[in-house]
Amino acid sequence: MTSAAVDTAPDEHAHDHPSDLQYVKIAIFLGLLTALEVSTYFWEDLPGIDKPASTTTLVAVLFPMMIVKFVTVAGYFMHLKYDNPIFKRIFIFGLLLAIIVYAIALFAFEYWNEDYLKFLRS
Amino acid sequence: MADTATHGHATATGISNAKLGMWVYLASDCLLFGGLISTYLLLRHRSVSGLTPAEIFDIPFTSVSSFVLLMSSLTMALAVASITRGDVRANRVWLATTALLGATFIGGQVYEFTTFYREGLGFTTNIFGSAFYTLTGFHGAHVIVGIVMLMSLLMMSVRGNLGPERRDAVEIVGLYWHFVDIVWILIFTIVYLIP
Repeated sequence: MTSAAVDTAPDEHAHDHPSDLQYVKIAIFLGLLTALEVSTYFWEDLPGIDKPASTTTLVAVLFPMMIVKFVTVAGYFMHLKYDNPIFKRIFIFGLLLAIIVYAIALFAFEYWNEDYLKFLRS
Repeated sequence: MADTATHGHATATGISNAKLGMWVYLASDCLLFGGLISTYLLLRHRSVSGLTPAEIFDIPFTSVSSFVLLMSSLTMALAVASITRGDVRANRVWLATTALLGATFIGGQVYEFTTFYREGLGFTTNIFGSAFYTLTGFHGAHVIVGIVMLMSLLMMSVRGNLGPERRDAVEIVGLYWHFVDIVWILIFTIVYLIP
């Protein structure tokens, strides 16, 4: 690597990171989402509701909020939105690999049993 | 030469090797926590005796702990922003605040573990206990390592060895800290809020 090549290499800090105020706004947004998530725990205390929310309902409500929080922290606080795209690709590769490997593992151990095989044959 | 000044030495790609290494480590850590979370999901309802998640979790308490860890991500981001501006004094304040919030979270986890143990859920009580303590214990260990790194940065700063020229060191510790936070975002939802 020549010094000329190094001098012309892109400077990873030459991008606009959020200001302090924007960081605070992002944190407030994350705090509000967390409060919304926690509120699901108290649903059954609401008048007119006599049983707790089903797991399917909770997954449908909580997973999108969890994903939004995850992406917000990774994108803004970890600067993936602004930094060199190679960091994003490396992280997404690890994340996708984990999701695929463990989704297969969960499916195999949780559902791949005699009942499921009977269902497939029927 | 800007790259040499900000990263310690020049690299062929123009990006810091240390930062690249941290991202590779974080990508690999996704597999570690993916394995632990999957194992927990598989085992949590397979206990034949002992306490179950619904009987033992204290959601309001854990919610406060989660909020504390979430806010530590804000203070960490402010620490990185302040060192980028060259504001060493503010950087020290934010690093110390982040470490303090992390220690508060760990204190909450110690309290939670102690309470669970007294109520009858030990590591070997049942398979739910083993999976739960392994998952949250590994996360807690990550937080403790993060606190040690933050305190090291603080010591470097106090000794005058942490100026804007070493911004990358703060950013790399910040990446680790934020990762620990996003792992908790997953654990809090999957383990605590979804029965």
